[in-house]
Amino acid sequence: MTIQDPAVKETLLSVEGVDTYYGSIHILQKLSLEIKTGELVCLLGGNACGKSTTLKTILGLVPARTGSIHFAGIDVTKKSTPDRIKLGMAVVPENRRLFAPMTVLENLQIGAYVRGDPDPADLDRVMTLFPKLAERRHQLAGTLSGGEQQMVAVGRALMSRPRLLLMDEPSMGLAPRLVEQSFEMIAELHRDGVSMLLVEQNANMALSVADRGYVLQTGRIVLTGPASELSSHDELRRAYLGR
Amino acid sequence: MDNGVQSVDYFGQQMVNGITLGGVYALIALGYTLVYGVLQILNFAHGDVYMIGAFIGFFVMVGLGGPSHAVVPVAVMIFIMFAVSMLGSGLLGIVIEKFAYRPLRNSPRIAPLISALGVSLLLQNGALLLFSGSIRSYDTSSFVPITAGIHLGGVTIDGMRILVLVLALILMFGLSRWVNGTQVGRAMRAIAFDRDAAIMMGINVDRVIMWTFFVGSALAGAAGVMVGLVFLRVYSYMGFLAGLKGFTAAVVGGIGSIPGAMLGGVLLGIAESMTSAYLSPNFSDAITFLLLIAVMLIKPRGLLGRRAIVKV
Repeated sequence: MTIQDPAVKETLLSVEGVDTYYGSIHILQKLSLEIKTGELVCLLGGNACGKSTTLKTILGLVPARTGSIHFAGIDVTKKSTPDRIKLGMAVVPENRRLFAPMTVLENLQIGAYVRGDPDPADLDRVMTLFPKLAERRHQLAGTLSGGEQQMVAVGRALMSRPRLLLMDEPSMGLAPRLVEQSFEMIAELHRDGVSMLLVEQNANMALSVADRGYVLQTGRIVLTGPASELSSHDELRRAYLGR
Repeated sequence: MDNGVQSVDYFGQQMVNGITLGGVYALIALGYTLVYGVLQILNFAHGDVYMIGAFIGFFVMVGLGGPSHAVVPVAVMIFIMFAVSMLGSGLLGIVIEKFAYRPLRNSPRIAPLISALGVSLLLQNGALLLFSGSIRSYDTSSFVPITAGIHLGGVTIDGMRILVLVLALILMFGLSRWVNGTQVGRAMRAIAFDRDAAIMMGINVDRVIMWTFFVGSALAGAAGVMVGLVFLRVYSYMGFLAGLKGFTAAVVGGIGSIPGAMLGGVLLGIAESMTSAYLSPNFSDAITFLLLIAVMLIKPRGLLGRRAIVKV
């Protein structure tokens, strides 16, 4: 291993010229994006612009017909979703997708599946991050409040000690107060050095925590740049920020 | 009716018989319920896996010198019978899944159902061809004296029934440890609830389904050996009715529910035993399906079936 200048961070994920299709419908068109270690990158765009599809393509749930995806220096374009998770991706899915009839603890344990048996140290870490979950560890996940479920979903993803955390619309379906909490949590994870791709419709919030952003429109990246630049971009403001 | 039929002892004896039979049904029902949980298919070849399990146990017994000329102590022989039968049945389950169900994973649900019936016929007729149509007998009375056992008042629980009951309990306890206490068991429940979310957690669904078939089929194999030990008779069509009853037990308890399968099995065993004792042995099979219809009318999801979970 070579010692690198800390200012020049290595690329963790690179998506290059990817096209995806649902049946005959062309969704993503020559999409490229990049995330460096430690970065929080957000992917913005309106409804049905391909945000979720991008995330699914990175995860391998939707195949990339052209182009390539490299993760942690490995070509994962043809790898299955579980293989990619094993390499260090983790996801907080849209609508959280908790295992409702299982306890909070079991949901967290499942998060560590690719590591074999869950490490008690990882459990402690998640419980320290979210003390609420320690209280409710034996409660069924389906009976928790929206905010608590969000904590379980994030905690579950962290249990695999991911190198890249993929978040799909974490603010969706949460009360405004919880949306704010949710973004505070994301900012805190970012300060802890977790690399993240944040897919969001709430551009304001996302840009307030992100380092960089991409804007997606009908399957194409139309704009990219540092978060500060994007949030002052006229066109974007008119289209998505409502200011 | 004579006094014997009305006595408390007679009732107790029938209860013991019913619970023993129920333990066997419960083990078969568990296989249906586990597979249904992960794949939402009814594995109608399951009863025939149980039959194969019973034959494996029989041939192991014969191979070890048979009951009369056993080359190993009886306890060791019985242990080996169970071990080999469970392993063999479990592997058979894996093979069935791989060749009969996996290729149809994304087909309409009717396809694996037909495939299951095909496998069932294949196993039944394969057994008929290989083992002939004659009824084999475990003949256990020659290595475990019929009088050995526990006497509680006028109720006798013979040695074999005790063995079967204890073993059924141990297997069910082991199963719940596996389901609740291991990553594969948790993964199995996760897949049953939301397969796509399970994949997103990095769970290798094929591997977990393989384990599910192994465990479910191994339990059926154990049930086959138990039936051989207690009811003695082993033949190639024995899996048909037993499979149907195991399925009924699973549905009565609530398909997909593990405690439900155990409860359904025991209820069915007791109902059958009581019917044949107090009504007529001719009705004992009918009562099974009467019970099924009654439960379906009152609780369509079965006694312990999961209520539809409202996603918030």
